[in-house]
Amino acid sequence: MYAIEVEKLRKEFKSYSSRSGLAGAFRDLFTRNYKIIRAVDDISFTVKQGEMVGYIGENGAGKSTTIKMLTGILTPTSGRVVVNGMNPHKERERFVQTIGVVFGQRSQLWWDIAVQESFRLLKKVYRVSDQDYNEHMDHVIETLDIGPLLDKPVRKLSLGQRMRCELAAALIHNPPLLFLDEPTIGLDVLVKLKIRQFLKEINEKYNTTILLTTHDMTDIEALCERVIMLDEGKIIYDGSLQHLKQNWGEGKQIHFQFRDLVSKEELASLVHVTWEQGEDRYNWIAHVRANDMAHVIGKVVSSYELKDIHIREVSTEEIIRNIYEEGIHYG
Amino acid sequence: MAKYIEMIRMRFLMMLAYRTNYYSGIFIYSINIGAYYFLWSAIYGGQSSIQGMTVEQMTTYVAIAWMARAFYFNNIDREIAMEIRDGKVAIELIRPYNYLVMKTMQGLGEGIFRLIFFSLPGMLIVTFVFSLQFTTNVHTWGYFTLSTILSFIINSQLNLLAGMVTFFTLNGEGLLRAKRFIIDLFSGLILPISFYPEWAQHVMHYLPFQAISYIPSMIFTESFTGDVAIKGMMFQAVWCVVLIVPIYLLWKAAKRKLIIQGG
Repeated sequence: MYAIEVEKLRKEFKSYSSRSGLAGAFRDLFTRNYKIIRAVDDISFTVKQGEMVGYIGENGAGKSTTIKMLTGILTPTSGRVVVNGMNPHKERERFVQTIGVVFGQRSQLWWDIAVQESFRLLKKVYRVSDQDYNEHMDHVIETLDIGPLLDKPVRKLSLGQRMRCELAAALIHNPPLLFLDEPTIGLDVLVKLKIRQFLKEINEKYNTTILLTTHDMTDIEALCERVIMLDEGKIIYDGSLQHLKQNWGEGKQIHFQFRDLVSKEELASLVHVTWEQGEDRYNWIAHVRANDMAHVIGKVVSSYELKDIHIREVSTEEIIRNIYEEGIHYG
Repeated sequence: MAKYIEMIRMRFLMMLAYRTNYYSGIFIYSINIGAYYFLWSAIYGGQSSIQGMTVEQMTTYVAIAWMARAFYFNNIDREIAMEIRDGKVAIELIRPYNYLVMKTMQGLGEGIFRLIFFSLPGMLIVTFVFSLQFTTNVHTWGYFTLSTILSFIINSQLNLLAGMVTFFTLNGEGLLRAKRFIIDLFSGLILPISFYPEWAQHVMHYLPFQAISYIPSMIFTESFTGDVAIKGMMFQAVWCVVLIVPIYLLWKAAKRKLIIQGG
């Protein structure tokens, strides 16, 4: 049984453009120019119960639109969506009982009143029994360390504190499926670590499925075994993070610091790899495949005097950037 | 049902958090009532009654109309418009409740707050300052209570409709302002409907506005008694039911066309 099944999902928006000038504005009153924009373009994927999936892509790639369709907020233009065995849009009230959602950029707590009042309302809204609530939420509150914040109005909380409360609020009814839309945006490292730790824990404890969008690749590395990558509304990669790294992040960067000035031509004639200048002409970076590493270092060390050398792995961040810049067709 | 009651409580708490805003409100309403009081006293001059209302009835009408307004008046139209504009309605749609009912409950929480912290103390102040005529008839109070609840429902329904129109226009500021003005004018808050020209009264009989202020206030001043009062409340009840139809249709259309902005 899949938690999420998506087949040929598509969402089109009408985008209006306004004409320039006063005369243009006047004409806009009567007829308006618009074009159809396809935010999500026939995507298909499935997610198993208990999976943690990273849903990544550039701004405007269609991540949020997908999440909105999966949560029943937006109606798809075409295609099939089944989440927790239901059609999100058709059976909205029953469906939303089985999901939790956190929008990093949008608060779902009531701004002017104490956090615990929001919790109390949500407890009633989701019809959670006192027993279930105490059992489950005591643990959540303790793990996220938000006990001292409960009697404070939301507007007085820092972003990190608020985000932890948001997360707790999304989990009041202990949903089997959790959507997180940029949950760590703008948070400091400690809060990020705490949130990740917590997500891992509930995933293990309740087998909660988590679909996560983020721009922070360290989130993905820490949490998700699988990533789905989106570009211009299309899925360009769906598979394990490991696989992605092996195929596109195989290369290493070797940073040499030379004792004397060296030119690019000299280096290129010595070993035939891609050289990139560092801060100055004493520093050069070689982009090499893992297998050629020993060879390159050997050659350079035998020909030049070095001050320093270090080897760096290509980060996920860079891999993703490369894929966006160059496309996924090779490699 | 528990969730809706919880929402009333919640809004009550929210209002309580900003209660100081309301002390100035009492003052403003008192000034309004005072101004109309002197205006009507001047208009009546020596005459004992105009359009079948005595000067005491008239001034009581004005006072009670404003105080009832504090209860039925709410800003849920503006809130809905705002929640649509900045996309907050998305969060409302992932909750297992009916958004419109929830908004109405918020309006009710606000209404109850204002009734307790605004209308009652305000009324007390006003009765000290001006000579008003309060009935001791239990039936009248009962009718008035029921009628005010109905006027709350109708006003909230109109607010829901107005707020939802912004689903389609995405900016309904002008419309909301116009709606507010129309309700103040045609509901009989500023001028009792019986003072309007014959043809206007006729037109207004086919509109829901007088159910908001005119009918409960006339009941309170005992200008409407017995059958007339009951007929007035029937008029209100019918509109309560009739207005459900456009709300339902508009909400259905709005959900289909929902665009979340800024997401």
